[in-house]
Amino acid sequence: MSLAIVIPYWGLSLLRVLGGIVAVLLPAGTIVYLFLFKMMSFMQSRLGPMEAGPYGSMQLFAEVGKWLQKEDIMPERADKSIFKIAPLIVLSSTFLLIAVVPFGPDAWFTNFEAGVFYMLAVSSISVLGILIAGWSSANKYSLLGGLRAAGQLIAYELPMVLAVVGVVIQAGTMNLQQIVVVQNSGAIFGWHGLGNPYILTQFIGFGVFMIAVQAELTQAPFDMPIAESELVSGYMTEYSGFRFLIFFIAEFATAGVFALIASVLFLGGWGIPFEWFGWHVTGATGIDGVANWMNVVGPLIMFTKMMLLVFVIMWVRFSYPRFREDQLQRFAWKVLIPLSLVNIMATSILKVVF
Amino acid sequence: MAFKPKVPGLVKGLGVTLNTLMTTVTKGANTVQYPHEKEAPPIRARGVIALREDNCTSCMLCARSCPDWCIYIEGHKELAPPRRAGGAPRKVNKLDRFDIDYALCMYCGICVEVCPFDALFWSPEYEYSEPKIADLLHDKTKLGEWMETVPEAPELEAGADKKGKK
Repeated sequence: MSLAIVIPYWGLSLLRVLGGIVAVLLPAGTIVYLFLFKMMSFMQSRLGPMEAGPYGSMQLFAEVGKWLQKEDIMPERADKSIFKIAPLIVLSSTFLLIAVVPFGPDAWFTNFEAGVFYMLAVSSISVLGILIAGWSSANKYSLLGGLRAAGQLIAYELPMVLAVVGVVIQAGTMNLQQIVVVQNSGAIFGWHGLGNPYILTQFIGFGVFMIAVQAELTQAPFDMPIAESELVSGYMTEYSGFRFLIFFIAEFATAGVFALIASVLFLGGWGIPFEWFGWHVTGATGIDGVANWMNVVGPLIMFTKMMLLVFVIMWVRFSYPRFREDQLQRFAWKVLIPLSLVNIMATSILKVVF
Repeated sequence: MAFKPKVPGLVKGLGVTLNTLMTTVTKGANTVQYPHEKEAPPIRARGVIALREDNCTSCMLCARSCPDWCIYIEGHKELAPPRRAGGAPRKVNKLDRFDIDYALCMYCGICVEVCPFDALFWSPEYEYSEPKIADLLHDKTKLGEWMETVPEAPELEAGADKKGKK
């Protein structure tokens, strides 16, 4: 893509950093307001916050302000340095994840050849953050919450990885940008009208991935680590003020980022089927065949798809009671992993046959 | 595997929440939007206690029976002219101070029940919170003002005034 002005490398890096921050915090804020405050309230037949700003839209800023002005309490026997660093580890994994998500034909932060591999590896960093948050809190119940979280998150990493392997086999590449291109320029039985969103062929993988994401985010019905009525906040109990705010924002930012990744892998990412506009990305021109205005529309499309998936995640969260820890583990190991292995087998066989 | 999810139930559960969402979006919530809308409390609701000064004789029954000791009464006797010419002057009670401390009051209603002269009444008014706790001590004048909010006594049930078999 040729721009009218030449941006030096440090300028591009700055833009990438700012873009990354916006890409993480904007969905987090929208998700918190739209789904947590409003959708949850509407599903409980009440209106939610209505006083701060029109229809309560400024409630998020009021909450942020409230949390920022709270006293920063640290338990006396807590492990000080680890206590301080734990929320940052959880938030950093979110920012590292967004680096690899493509928003348009040229609007990406990094274009790794092994994007999927990087994504799956980096999403495991938050497990560490949660575990040490629970452990360093010098609180029996936080420790229990942290251990439950560690067990649950590790157990559900595997179905997530295996579900994504199916997509990688079908796309033939681990590069997320390529996966988007292949989906949008693909065909279903020779008909190019809808592209080839992998949700149609990989529906098992999609189901397993969404369930695994629900568990990775410790959202109900997998919220044993938080278990509000049992452990107060589980591993987050001893955190107050700005540190709690980081956990809170990280939870919803990660929900947004995982939804973005799911839309890239299964729903066709930033694209709408290329056939609608007659772009041809196979052959010599490669991705330059896609128009430039897609760089502006792409993020909007991603945002819409992300909202759709987060709606489903939050809908399930507000509807189901909690799994017990042993039911949760049994479900992961005995149901989801065999299912995703069957999916991989079927995908590889069909990939060779067709 | 001990846990077998019943899929129709799972889907129905999602349907219930979606239904409530749609109902709230189209028809409004089930909740009352206080302070923009207020729900009328029932007539016999215990909001605040009002004092009818004419009826009070400073018998102190209410102050003594209050479990929290939140009623403060001071009074003195005055002489009023006799009812008929040639009679003795009558002793009439004058209240100097009758305060109820609503920071202590627990709205049990024992004072209203026990008053033999019907000087205390329940009123359903509830919006009298104050920024300073000291302002929650309502004095004689204020308690007299609450009398305007006391509702009419409800009609007795049919046949209530007839004496029946015991």
